[in-house]
Amino acid sequence: MTANPSGWKPSSPASTTSETGTITGNRALMLEEPLIFEIGDSHSTGVDFSPSPAAGSGPRLAGLIRTSPINLPGLSEPETVRHYTRLSRQNYAIDLGLFPLGSCTMKHNPRLNEKLARLPGFADIHPLAPQETVQGAIELINRLSEWLIALTGMYGVAMSPKAGAHGELCGILAIRAALEARGDPRSVVLVPESAHGTNPATAAFAGYKVEDIPATAEGRVDLEALKARLGPDVAAVMITNPNTCGLFEPEMKAISDAVHAAGGFVYCDGANFNAIVGKVRPGDLGIDAMHINLHKTFSTPHGGGGPGSGPVVMSEALAPFAPLPYSARYADGTFRMVEEEVAADEHPQAFGRMVAFHGQMGMFTRALAYILSHGADGLAQVAEDSVLNANYVLRSLEDVLDAPFAFSGPCMHEAIFSDRGFADGFSTIDVAKALIDEGFHPMTMYFPLVVHGAMLVEPTETESKASLDQFIAALRSIAERARAGDEALRAAPIHAPRRRLDETLAARRPILAFKQPVPEGAESGAGAEIGGR
Amino acid sequence: MRYLPLSDEDRSEMLAKVGAGSIDELFGDVPAEARLTGPIHGLPMHASEMSVERQLTAMANRNMVAGEVPFFLGCGAYRHHVPASVDHLIQRGEFLTAYTPYQPEIAQGTLQVLFEFQTQVARLLGCEVANASMYDGSTACWEAIGMARRVTRRKRAILSSGLHPHYVAVCATMAKFTGDSLDLAVPELSAATDAERLIASIDADTSCVVVQYPDILGRIADLAPIAEAAHAHGALLVAVVTEPVALGLVKSPGEMGADIVVGEGQSIGVGLQFGGPYVGLFACREKHVRQMPGRLAGETVDAEGKRGFVLTLSTREQHIRREKATSNICTNSGLCALAFSIHMTLLGEKGLRRLAEINHARAVEVAERLAKIPGVELVNDSFFNEFTLELPIEARPAVHSMVEKRVLGGVSLGRLYPGEAALANGLVVAVTETVSDEDVDALEAALREIVR
Repeated sequence: MTANPSGWKPSSPASTTSETGTITGNRALMLEEPLIFEIGDSHSTGVDFSPSPAAGSGPRLAGLIRTSPINLPGLSEPETVRHYTRLSRQNYAIDLGLFPLGSCTMKHNPRLNEKLARLPGFADIHPLAPQETVQGAIELINRLSEWLIALTGMYGVAMSPKAGAHGELCGILAIRAALEARGDPRSVVLVPESAHGTNPATAAFAGYKVEDIPATAEGRVDLEALKARLGPDVAAVMITNPNTCGLFEPEMKAISDAVHAAGGFVYCDGANFNAIVGKVRPGDLGIDAMHINLHKTFSTPHGGGGPGSGPVVMSEALAPFAPLPYSARYADGTFRMVEEEVAADEHPQAFGRMVAFHGQMGMFTRALAYILSHGADGLAQVAEDSVLNANYVLRSLEDVLDAPFAFSGPCMHEAIFSDRGFADGFSTIDVAKALIDEGFHPMTMYFPLVVHGAMLVEPTETESKASLDQFIAALRSIAERARAGDEALRAAPIHAPRRRLDETLAARRPILAFKQPVPEGAESGAGAEIGGR
Repeated sequence: MRYLPLSDEDRSEMLAKVGAGSIDELFGDVPAEARLTGPIHGLPMHASEMSVERQLTAMANRNMVAGEVPFFLGCGAYRHHVPASVDHLIQRGEFLTAYTPYQPEIAQGTLQVLFEFQTQVARLLGCEVANASMYDGSTACWEAIGMARRVTRRKRAILSSGLHPHYVAVCATMAKFTGDSLDLAVPELSAATDAERLIASIDADTSCVVVQYPDILGRIADLAPIAEAAHAHGALLVAVVTEPVALGLVKSPGEMGADIVVGEGQSIGVGLQFGGPYVGLFACREKHVRQMPGRLAGETVDAEGKRGFVLTLSTREQHIRREKATSNICTNSGLCALAFSIHMTLLGEKGLRRLAEINHARAVEVAERLAKIPGVELVNDSFFNEFTLELPIEARPAVHSMVEKRVLGGVSLGRLYPGEAALANGLVVAVTETVSDEDVDALEAALREIVR
């Protein structure tokens, strides 16, 4: 049985609309592409194999040999290359243009880093290879650890967390382990309203009750309100600094001191570290744990949603509780990933393990290459240019877009605007979708929640002034149209591969897997009935 | 500095526009005592591309590359040949340098790939729906236990002794904080799995039974009786697959009644990479999808009625639900999912079955050869491409002795289960299509000499 018994239909449902005016549905370089399930079949393959060896005395599969079809379509190599190349062209990417997605730090991804991560000495080694055979790899992890510790002024680092949210969990679990070790379990984690959603989700996942910390009118943590809430039940306070309004928390040290005085710990969400890397060390602000998104500040590519990497730097009070494995350097010049078998001697208080193996080696390689390329001087320049670019955007647009915190001084590496002043019925999404037509990726929309119709713009340091000027001109024009109530805005985007998509329909009638169309006249059934409704 | 486009003239002009006399003024919110006045002491300054390449290449050269020696390591990470077109395609800038597809009109490439990936994973694992990926197999395994807790409203999970010990460690770590109770056991060096113990342990408080298939020693057990026993008590069966290539040849866990199937997708398209990044697979029954963690791509239409794809059911997720989310996961393994999907498309069902047949045939051949070495016993009756040998000596030093002969001959159970004397002589050997006749000769000779 084939995966596609009906065969490929040259006119996919998408291609029949009249206004495109083409038989194929394509518009020159804008090419429609069917699903692999519509063009491939179970009998095709794009891989050749050497002859199979003799299977000794026969299969030893406990009698569980598969008898049913899997229905996985195959394609030859040319068809495969074309399918994915065509699909790639329906994506916007930092390689194509400015990608000012606030809180995401979409900066240029240097290709040197891709090349180095693919060296067989890094890419083709097994995580359980005897450690004496992978000393160079462990040295790389150790070198990166030392850089992260130096850049943050912290004491130790857990390298294994797989992404930012996983790093948050690692930090909160270390805090919980430290509290339990001193016989002082606590039950509450305080999180500002402006925090990333991962913060409260993490604290809840770790078994804590989550409470909000209010913000001031200037977009900062309300120190007095925070102090009033601190007490013997508060395990930790999670702060994002610079915060999600793009502002530095000037009272960070006072916040840390107050939390410590009440017996709690300070967790810092390091998503916005790009603004201060090489300029400020979080350890100097009293922070106990902070994850670093290597896929933000240190430019490992986002890949359409990962992989990331979220090492967590820790203070002297927390580092003993960091999970396994833990990278160590010895006086004789050897390196080791401290695992379970030697943990009792070398890292006895580890709170456990976050992942199988050692974490995101491929991201470590890229991040270290990035760090060595910039050096201590270049990283400080990264922070300065990212902050300058954001302030340039802020001051170039504050006359046409409401900038709720502009009065209180400069922003850090992202500029925030609200939808105040737009004509009735116009909102942030209309501005965002109009930016698509102008050839830009939109900014982060409706986040943070504390700003109405928030538009969070993070240009990053890898944008030239010419690129910023073009973006500013486009956004200025769109903002003016939103203020004037230009109805055409609401139809945007009109030049993208798709118009606005019906997200409500997708959620109301979820189709999460391809469903084989039943050939006309045939009975429903067979093994192919999967997903959908 | 090659990655920074602003010139000094640009900077002056922009500062003037901003109304700041110097860059330091922009950092005015940072208290003076916390502000660094120069580059951090003791760190090197910026370096040329050539210099960086030289430094990292020197580190890479200090590692024994799997492809350059006889190589037989597995235990949750497998070396398979990945077609050249996979790495070429994932390096298309439009895939590599895109973000999470939050703006679907300009992210249809990523979204369609995720929809295709979900369908491939669901079909391979034998389930109705799959998500758009997790970090890796170990974290997917823990998330499955959390999901079973939400579905059954029970907190006792029974873990098979054949579950990868790192996966067990991850689950045990998380359980300490969530209050789940885990039934744990250490495997025995025997041909039989612990299916009977699992079935006998299931009770009315059990949320799920977690079984790896094939297991850490390479053994394969019929999941159907375990599923039946779990369902009889209102519990779920969670199956864990660390070698998805096996499913080209053996029945899928879904077919045998598993409710949640998670896995490590690294074998297909991703490569070894010293342990990461990998790609977690997560699939389940459609009726449980609202308790599922992670992102989901779904089909919909645009304003002109054209088919398109979006991220959907996000009311399960942290950015909407915050502390009530099904998981805190945000960034996942998008690019590795793409690599998996491309490799799977190249293979197709025909190629996957063929690849699985070759792996199994090769493994049977090697197992039978090695078992003829005096003193070496094959523990398994059943296996796919990985099996356990019981040596007459401890396996941990044997592995190091083989390294001296430039053979990476397997993973010692002593490393995975320190302190378990009964497992110390166990050596897990993985045999994939990448193993040559010469490699097998070298392993056999090395092992013969070491155990003599």
